[in-house]
Amino acid sequence: MDHHQQGHAAPVLNDAVPVRHPGRWISAIIVVGAVILMIQSAITNPNFRWDVVGTYILDVKVVQGVGWTLLLTVAAMVLAIVLAILLAVMRQSDNPVLRYTSWLWVWFFRGTPVYTQLLFWGLVTVLYPTISLGIPFGPQLVSYVLSDPTHGLIPAILGLGLNESAYLAEIFRAGLKSVDKGQTEAAEALGMGKGKIMWRIVLPQAMRIIVPPTGNETIGMLKTTSLVLAVPFTLDLTFATNALANRIYLPIPLLIIAAFWYLLVTSLLMVGQHYIEKYYGKGVDTNQAPALINPAAAKAAAAVAPSAEAEPSLKMEFPEEEAK
Amino acid sequence: MTITTQKPLVRIEGLHKYFGPHHVLRGIDLTVNQGEVSVVIGPSGSGKSTMLRCVNLLETISAGRISVGDQLIGYREVNGRLHDLKVKEIAAQRREIGMVFQRFNLFPHKTALYNVMEAPVQVKGKNKAVAKKAALELLDRVGLADRANHYPAQLSGGQQQRVAIARALAMEPELMLFDEPTSALDPELVGDVLNVMKDLAKSGMTMIVVTHEIGFAREVGDRLTFMDGGVVVESGDPREIIANPQHARTKEFLSRVL
Repeated sequence: MDHHQQGHAAPVLNDAVPVRHPGRWISAIIVVGAVILMIQSAITNPNFRWDVVGTYILDVKVVQGVGWTLLLTVAAMVLAIVLAILLAVMRQSDNPVLRYTSWLWVWFFRGTPVYTQLLFWGLVTVLYPTISLGIPFGPQLVSYVLSDPTHGLIPAILGLGLNESAYLAEIFRAGLKSVDKGQTEAAEALGMGKGKIMWRIVLPQAMRIIVPPTGNETIGMLKTTSLVLAVPFTLDLTFATNALANRIYLPIPLLIIAAFWYLLVTSLLMVGQHYIEKYYGKGVDTNQAPALINPAAAKAAAAVAPSAEAEPSLKMEFPEEEAK
Repeated sequence: MTITTQKPLVRIEGLHKYFGPHHVLRGIDLTVNQGEVSVVIGPSGSGKSTMLRCVNLLETISAGRISVGDQLIGYREVNGRLHDLKVKEIAAQRREIGMVFQRFNLFPHKTALYNVMEAPVQVKGKNKAVAKKAALELLDRVGLADRANHYPAQLSGGQQQRVAIARALAMEPELMLFDEPTSALDPELVGDVLNVMKDLAKSGMTMIVVTHEIGFAREVGDRLTFMDGGVVVESGDPREIIANPQHARTKEFLSRVL
């Protein structure tokens, strides 16, 4: 594009006076002032009891609580994601039984409070003290004693995961619908089967749309785990810090501890989400063209390593061709 | 123009298509011989794309029959009664038929190379190294060997369409369908795509090309079919029809696009 200018002197760049933004300075002064006041108050007010925060922030119960909360979050989200993919695919199925089943599932689990569901899963132990898998009227193959008090973890994961699956199913459905129909047609025209089209063509593209709200849901789940005392499951972060607060009659420092850990884990999850988004955005969100390949070398070696001779700074133009 | 035999590869007989109450195709008959380039033109809404999409079952067939080679498309005939084919059987039929779309429909999350490799590896179960070598050869054939590592968004429309042609060829089809392959391109990019299609025609590929490129029809086409209102108005030697159209509707259409 710049070829015409080659050989001429470099142009004198416009050194324009930028527009001033006094509003930015005023808002900065107000915000910084408010933050200083808050910090000053937090330091000077003895009721915050920062010494207690320091004592208990790495308490075994608290750190274990973080671990259990993370385990609950991850396990419930994995369960929910697996179910949500299944539900979203069922919802698009040609089979009307599967379509309505999916709809009914979402209707039920989205339509009842998660707290109610957690209470119910806790009480399943009353309805079914043991769960066993076996041949009807025949021998038992596997059995699991739900009424064992240390087993509150499974009902908690089930309660959180099934509830979440209903929300995620709608997110996945929106993601699948966002993929251009031409993608499916192109894959069909190549003779690809339904499963391959879903897993290799549609779902990877839908993930771009699915990941941000799923990250949102994961962070939401991290905090929803604080409801598992309904089951009851009593090892998570909120329960651990509440128990400590009740023991020493100092709720505020322990709330600060809980908030600190939740924020820390949320921040880590956000970093993870960033990389997942980057992965699924490849080819779409990154427009920097790679270096050209030397065609001769490419042919000779049938290799795709970028050639050293290629211009590293090459930029492609790609006109957006919108069909009418 | 090209090496053609009198052996018919594609037979479309009495094809009708309804979209709800709309009768889009009203009895189409068309035969394409092995190695022939059959060009279909007509105003938008004439049903030419729908007809093409019926050939690889992207649209269901309301009435009539289409056969490619010795296979009846979409059905099995048992005792004079048609039975729908299963999804897997339809997929198997589609493997023999390549299709190029107006909007390219490249897989945006895969590089040009992986777009071309996808079906041979995933559908035919080809060894990756073998498929990669074949894919690079195909990309070279369409003049894009140096763009193998580019994602579709990093390619121009003309380049994308040439990758799409390479992708279809990678399945080694016996028939190629082109659905207005140059209609979404900037005028200056049309030539490269048409050149690739001309080379393909010369190599003896059987092609059905729905297009507005009258020049392509005249130069490469073995048969030109003009469709309007869901019927074939006129069909025959492209050069004769373009020089001397027999029907008033054909004359009117050609006078507007030429």
